[in-house]
Amino acid sequence: MAESRRIKHRKTVSYAKWAYIFIIPFFVSYILFTLVPQLLTIYNSFFENYMNGLQQIGPNFVGLGNYKALLSPGQSGTIDILKYFGNTMALWILGAVPQFLIALMLAVIFTSARLNIKGQGLAKAIIYMPNLIMASAFSMLIFALFSKVGPINKYLVASGIIEQSFDFLTVKVSVRSLIALLNFLMWFGNTTIVLMAGIMGIDQSLFESAEIDGSNSIQVFFDITLPLLMPILSYALITSLIGGIQMFDVPQVLTNGRGTPNLTSTTVIMMLNNFLSGSKNYGRAGAVSVLLFIITGILSTIVYRMLAKQYKD
Amino acid sequence: MTIANSSRSRKAKAQLFILRVLAYLFIGILVAMCLFFFVMLLLMSSKSNSQLQGAFSLKWGGHFLENLHNAWNDASTNIPRGMVNSFIVAMSSALITTYFSALTAYGIHVYEFRFKRAIFTFIMAIMMIPAQVSAVGFIQLAYKFGLTNKLWLLILPGMAAPVVFFYMKQYLESVLPLEMVEAARIDGSSEFRIFNEVVLPIMKPAVAVQMIFSFVSSWNNYFMPSLLLTKPEKRTVPIMIAMLRSADYSKFDMGKVFMFILLAILPVMLVYAVLSKSIIKGVTSGSVKG
Repeated sequence: MAESRRIKHRKTVSYAKWAYIFIIPFFVSYILFTLVPQLLTIYNSFFENYMNGLQQIGPNFVGLGNYKALLSPGQSGTIDILKYFGNTMALWILGAVPQFLIALMLAVIFTSARLNIKGQGLAKAIIYMPNLIMASAFSMLIFALFSKVGPINKYLVASGIIEQSFDFLTVKVSVRSLIALLNFLMWFGNTTIVLMAGIMGIDQSLFESAEIDGSNSIQVFFDITLPLLMPILSYALITSLIGGIQMFDVPQVLTNGRGTPNLTSTTVIMMLNNFLSGSKNYGRAGAVSVLLFIITGILSTIVYRMLAKQYKD
Repeated sequence: MTIANSSRSRKAKAQLFILRVLAYLFIGILVAMCLFFFVMLLLMSSKSNSQLQGAFSLKWGGHFLENLHNAWNDASTNIPRGMVNSFIVAMSSALITTYFSALTAYGIHVYEFRFKRAIFTFIMAIMMIPAQVSAVGFIQLAYKFGLTNKLWLLILPGMAAPVVFFYMKQYLESVLPLEMVEAARIDGSSEFRIFNEVVLPIMKPAVAVQMIFSFVSSWNNYFMPSLLLTKPEKRTVPIMIAMLRSADYSKFDMGKVFMFILLAILPVMLVYAVLSKSIIKGVTSGSVKG
């Protein structure tokens, strides 16, 4: 007995070695390419470190100087980062509201046994397709179609809907709408598929007994589908929000990095990109990243809790 | 009684019919919206610059091959070079990401070891941290060590992909019987051979789906490459597309621009046309435990 336990013990130890060997590449890569850069980002946020023309300034320790500079009003009297965060959220909400409403409706329609929709496979394949399109190329396409001399304007003028061509990229509402439209198109198919899986995971007998009780489809939706879909719906919402906070490609390419008009479509990551690509302002960029990290960190914790809960079941 | 019943059921049938029509209409509108932009792209890429400058028309322009030729041979954009660079990065990332994620998932799944739970919890926790948070330090190090314009710097970080790891781990739990590993051990296979020759083939469906997803996300990636790849001959496709946006439009051949966009999305569209079913299946199994 003692002998066999010892052998068994030795056996697990020798196999444990393999576990470490197999997971080492992951961790080496994680430490080198993610963890060290992350720590360096935080470290940078406490230093003045940028290029002024060809002249390198710093690095000089400035404590919370970068954070103070970010969170105090600039020449125009507004706090830039708050403005950009507001833009980012506005852009996200404009796209996410139709995205979730339509995805929810589609998911219910597709999964309804009563409606028994044919041709679902093809429809799903088409509505998911925009999710795989290169965001920068899609934005460039929208720009080329909606530009002042583009085909949409030509059509609108030729058909007499408007008198002269309208520059979509100089008006806040139209720029934001175009960005929201792009985000909506790219994501509603994905959300539909995720929500469909959620609905199909609900115990079918609940729907059947509701039908026997004489509930109509609207009652079934609000009394059964929606409450039981809540975990997946909120998971999808929060991951969408985390993605929304990182919005970059679409507004960057559509407005050529300028956030037109008047920086009303500049997002937080576009600000980060400006600090990094121009003056190599690692200090200020570091502080932006840390603030971003805190916000997404809070949201991620919520998602992590949900996943961990799901994982235990 | 029976008359009332049958009239009620007729009414219900009529109602269902209307609901069905509305449902198909709703789906049809959304499908049309998704297709609209691609149809427009195809149509516009068939038009010459003068056709595009002229009056709007929905007719096929007939200059598709000419635009393709012009776009392909445009020396200042050099789209073939961009596509080769993008392909190298996307393909290598896809291979590296899936292989090492599967390996890590296997290591944590089959072996009993001291920090098993801790390591698993740790990987789950870092899963949602956005890539941009490490960007500042990453860019700074790349410049410091002269590693800008090195394509491998965009590939190797793929070895640590928590999301792919999580997917592989779930897949292993549902398909891999531990007895199979035991049996291979009794046959005298080494642990590495067991993974490569027994486990990896079993994981083929999961590996395929994740390869596609990581290929696509790498092919479409714009933020990091645009900050790291400064030399024209190292640029990837998204950088080239974004640069078109800053060009002077009065002097630009718009037919060529539409063709560039088409070329940029074409490889992914071709893959999708063939594998859409398994890709759509992969969307749900990755995010939600089914």
